Amino acid sequence: MKTLLQKLVEESGPPGAEEKIRDIVKAEVKDYVDEIFEDALGNLICVRKGEGKKIMLAAHMDEVALMVTHIDEQGFLRFTKVGGVLPHLLVGERVIFSSGVIGTINHEKIKELKELDFSKLYIDIGASSKKEAENKVAVGDTCVYYRQFTDLGRRILAKSLDDRAGCAVMISALQKLKDDRINELYFVFTVQEEVGLRGAKTSAYRLDPDFGIAVDVTRTGDTPEAPTMAVSLGKGPAIKVKDSSVLAHPQVRDLMIEIAEKYKIPYQLEVLERGGTDAGAIHLTKEGIPSGALSIPCRYIHTPSEMIDYEDLQSAVNLLEKILTARWP
Amino acid sequence: MLLKTLAELPGVSGDEKRVREAIKKEVQPYVDELKTDCMGNLIVNKRPRKGKKRSPKVMLAAHMDEVGLIINGIEKSGHLRFLKVGDIDNRVLISKPVIIGVENIPGVIGVKAVHLQKPDERKKTLKTNQLYIDIGAKGKEEAEKMVSLGDYAAFDTKVKEMGERCLCGKAFDNRAGCAVLVELLKRELPVELCAVFTVQEEIGSRGAITAAYTLDPDLALIIETTSAADFPETKGIKPVTNLGDGPALTLMDQSFISDGKILAALRAAAEDNEIKYQYRRFTSGATDAGNISLSKEGIPAGVVSIPCRYLHSPASVIKLDDFYATIGLSEAFLHKVSEMGGLNR
Repeated sequence: MKTLLQKLVEESGPPGAEEKIRDIVKAEVKDYVDEIFEDALGNLICVRKGEGKKIMLAAHMDEVALMVTHIDEQGFLRFTKVGGVLPHLLVGERVIFSSGVIGTINHEKIKELKELDFSKLYIDIGASSKKEAENKVAVGDTCVYYRQFTDLGRRILAKSLDDRAGCAVMISALQKLKDDRINELYFVFTVQEEVGLRGAKTSAYRLDPDFGIAVDVTRTGDTPEAPTMAVSLGKGPAIKVKDSSVLAHPQVRDLMIEIAEKYKIPYQLEVLERGGTDAGAIHLTKEGIPSGALSIPCRYIHTPSEMIDYEDLQSAVNLLEKILTARWP
Repeated sequence: MLLKTLAELPGVSGDEKRVREAIKKEVQPYVDELKTDCMGNLIVNKRPRKGKKRSPKVMLAAHMDEVGLIINGIEKSGHLRFLKVGDIDNRVLISKPVIIGVENIPGVIGVKAVHLQKPDERKKTLKTNQLYIDIGAKGKEEAEKMVSLGDYAAFDTKVKEMGERCLCGKAFDNRAGCAVLVELLKRELPVELCAVFTVQEEIGSRGAITAAYTLDPDLALIIETTSAADFPETKGIKPVTNLGDGPALTLMDQSFISDGKILAALRAAAEDNEIKYQYRRFTSGATDAGNISLSKEGIPAGVVSIPCRYLHSPASVIKLDDFYATIGLSEAFLHKVSEMGGLNR
């Protein structure tokens, strides 16, 4: 699973340009599903036919990114954020475009750190003129953090674990499924989650499932002076109770808890005060779809160095596999 | 000129009737079907005249509504209190003439004359609840004969020609877009057009939600106006758009990331036809494209905007060359879509 995760996090998938991730996922799942297609927005929908309830799973392929808005006479690029990125985390950071062009971010002269905002930052791709820069990059191109997968033993450090960790969990759970076809399963790898849960909205409309489960990362409260939150790395995957986009449906939440207890899979309960996930869009589709979420605890979300616990990840796969093969009410 | 007529009509969000009627009258002879939905969107259908077997169904959208005011109180003195409908800078409200309700009652947004203001009053921006509309009524009773609570007030500006092929007026956002759609409906085009003149865009792109749901098109093109900010003080970094540099293509805004294929088709249409275009170098703001693209199973969408200075004010400025180039680019795009047989992934 580490190899799969490494492949997923080292590729880039800015919102609206998730094709590279889509290709990796497609290759991984194609032998395990009955049908696979893309919709108008670019969601990858993988269907595994079955008898029982229709369950939609969603993990998003996109990651936070930057978009070029202007190229100046000296060849420096100005940019805006795509998704939640903080300016101070960008100084000195390297970024990579889908063409392979790499650059570094720095800032104009400032007196105090609090003056630092996006208008003060620029990307330097080593071009010495506007013309040279324009041969490599165009306005509208997007780039992501340029970082490697780092295996720290039990813990993993990488960019875009939000939400390639979720993608990896879904792929691994799918690959573990035996021949029994208890439920009809829709594995949806969504687009544009980071800019407003957009892919989940249209794919849920199309599939109209009986239940929805998002597989995403969640924040932890286990770092020095972190805002209080009862989720830690290493204590198992989190079963969502609420975030700002959804109150997990009690039926879905309780079933997940029951299964975790039954198979003695460690879990935590997640009450996330700020932040949302694809379940937020799914549960309000059409007449309403009971939805919940399985979350992987993750430190430093949206930074170039997100951290998860590998045992949490494996437990998440085990729990998800059991959830998908359970008899749903 | 239709653009002038449309821009001078009052049509604040929720009160688009007069704009709708004017558009209806103008397009009726050229189209196959015409209906108004329960929100007030005007939905116009025009099929290609020359027998093409299957042409893609293209939704074109431009919003009819403009920012304005709604009356929510009448004082004993006969002055009217109001709320803003849509996003307006309070500093542009002061001393502006408005017209109120279906009878077009004239009024002016009053403020204490400069002689009567205390020094600190001169420095502060007045809040909406400190402002009022004066309609020349003697008292509440007389005012009530002229105006009712819930009446809308719109800026009262006549369109003027200015300088090098520029127009100055209110509500070019988005009557200019409406005028582009009307012109496209008059032409023979190789695709099935569902043109929607939407309502309530300025207060959350509401009409677009129901219109896109009804139509469920293959793809959508939204015609808008966007800020031109090419003022003297903007240095170094290029402004959002420049007046006269042609229609602006949207890459991304708060509600929307442009569909890659549509963007490519727009670019190709512009380049093949030598139409000057620019990008909207700004990612805030939202248009009908957000809600349209997320309708039902998802609809590939793109946005083309006419650059406009001083948006959401009683005196905005556009350049006619940009306006005509937007018509040209939209037409070229529709031909491109037809040649490609749609834009399926």
